[in-house]
Amino acid sequence: MAGKRQSTEKVMRTFFFCVATASIAVLFMIMVFLFMEGLPVFNMVSVKEFLFGVYWYPTSDPPDFGIYPLIVASLAVTAVSAVIAIPLGVMTAIYLAELASKRVAEIFKPIVELLAALPSVVIGFFGMVIVAPFLQQVLGVATGLNLFNAALMLAFMSIPTICSISEDAIYSVPNALREGSLALGATQWETLWRVVVPASISGIATSVILGISRAVGETMVVLMVAGGAAMVPSSIFDPVRPMPASIAAEMAEAPFRGDHYYALFATGIVLFLFTLFFNIIADIIATRYRQVGEASL
Amino acid sequence: MRNSKMDITQEEYAEAGPEKEQKTQAADRPPKAGRTSSIIHQTAVRKQRRRRFIQKAIFSVFRLSAVINALALFIIIYFMVKNGIGAISWEFLSEAPRDSMTKGGILPCIVGTILLGVGAILVAMPIGVASAIYLNEYARPGKVLRTIRLGINNLAGVPSVVFGLFGLAFFVIYLDMGVSILAGALTLGAMSLPVVIGSTEEAFKAVPDTYREASLGLGATKWQTIYRVVLPTALPGVLTGGILGLSRAAGETAPIMFTAAVFFTPDLPESIFSEIMALPYHIYVLATAGTEIEATRPLQYGTALVLITLVLGMNLIAIIWRARLRKRLKG
Repeated sequence: MAGKRQSTEKVMRTFFFCVATASIAVLFMIMVFLFMEGLPVFNMVSVKEFLFGVYWYPTSDPPDFGIYPLIVASLAVTAVSAVIAIPLGVMTAIYLAELASKRVAEIFKPIVELLAALPSVVIGFFGMVIVAPFLQQVLGVATGLNLFNAALMLAFMSIPTICSISEDAIYSVPNALREGSLALGATQWETLWRVVVPASISGIATSVILGISRAVGETMVVLMVAGGAAMVPSSIFDPVRPMPASIAAEMAEAPFRGDHYYALFATGIVLFLFTLFFNIIADIIATRYRQVGEASL
Repeated sequence: MRNSKMDITQEEYAEAGPEKEQKTQAADRPPKAGRTSSIIHQTAVRKQRRRRFIQKAIFSVFRLSAVINALALFIIIYFMVKNGIGAISWEFLSEAPRDSMTKGGILPCIVGTILLGVGAILVAMPIGVASAIYLNEYARPGKVLRTIRLGINNLAGVPSVVFGLFGLAFFVIYLDMGVSILAGALTLGAMSLPVVIGSTEEAFKAVPDTYREASLGLGATKWQTIYRVVLPTALPGVLTGGILGLSRAAGETAPIMFTAAVFFTPDLPESIFSEIMALPYHIYVLATAGTEIEATRPLQYGTALVLITLVLGMNLIAIIWRARLRKRLKG
């Protein structure tokens, strides 16, 4: 009897362990299939030509597969959106964790969650039909579908990520630190800036990197709003074509297992490695610079 | 707990504020103080005021940023409702698109989105819940746990379009499922796995350890404890996680573009191997590649309104439910 119970125990334990590795398995499979379908493009172009070639004309004859403009577009859109999203996200987090009364926080937190839940295609659609004409009118730019518009929409997609992780980090700063600072005569703001924020900086940094990583990989917004021109942008009001937009827009037309198809998968590899890089950095920061004492996350 | 703590510090601070001011004022006119010390006191008062002013200014900026986020949400919802409500009618919800998608309804898209969402959650729920059980109940801190967590975090960060590529290469081509509900649901399931794991783990964490200890103390094994005590207690929270995963899957576009959704198919799906229409993809197609982009604007708004009603509705249910659960577990 006891023997049977123990063996069930062992079986269950092994079973749950196996299932828990599913995420790693999926991640691994994603890598395998991306590389399997993407690497053949390098029979045609060199890695250097692919990454730094400035012409992306996949359908002309002979085709040009240089994704440099796409990489620059992705980075530019992400950088501009980070400039908008980081201050807004972190300040909102501080407000919710430190300043807002319980009732106000209970109203705002679901709002941030709902903002995160908005489907990306709806945000893209909004940027296309409402924000783009507005920008065109107000700023007098050639097209409202441009880098800035896409960055603005992306910012509101990464704010919830930044906000909710930062908020957890700020909240887990032990009260003793705050009380110590206040007791020394610091104002609440000084306490916040000199004590609470430094104590939670690893969590805030993690949130920022994850937010940025979300912006790099977001597809529908840049597909619908960024304008789609595969050029290196010279101003933030230029239309651009970030990597995810290129993949999503062209995959349907790319001939199955033709060079264009391989090139799009290879672009997927680059995109995947970008976000993998960001996520690993975020993970290193979160574990290595872990908050200490009561604040351990 | 948290807010009561916070309130105390804020109250303490608020009390300390005026008191301090009174003290400086009292010290401001000491009967025998010399000129120098009065100047020092005046500077101190001025500095104090400056500090208080800076704090006020900065805190209003913080409040403003929270308000901006709320405004963004409301503006988006406002425009979708204002421009979309006119398109909503019984025909719109119950008919298939007609005349190369310039007229008619969106029934196939609604059905498709629901099928994909439910399919995704049928894939993600069992794996997600079992993973969460391992992470929260069995795993001990160490290299194995760290590796699994790293895997989950990185999976959560994979761009949606890369999931689309993966689904295309693996499910559609390699496993020869073709563009189908099955391929789409599996792709979406893989994508929502981290969300489901994260939120179900929360639910398991919320079960007090005393429950486990009581069960183990009565001689139950670990598995019996999980199955009879932890799981039933955490079940509502687990279901909340399921709803959140479902809503996430239903709103995604990029993963289904190459795996399940097509521009147009007038019939409702017959089997899990049929290709289908879906709300998010329909919006994208009508808004960017339709035959008459401007003329079908009302249809686009209407479809977007239906989609956000579905997605935000599910989220709202989950949020409210979760808030009630938290109260109950605390009380």
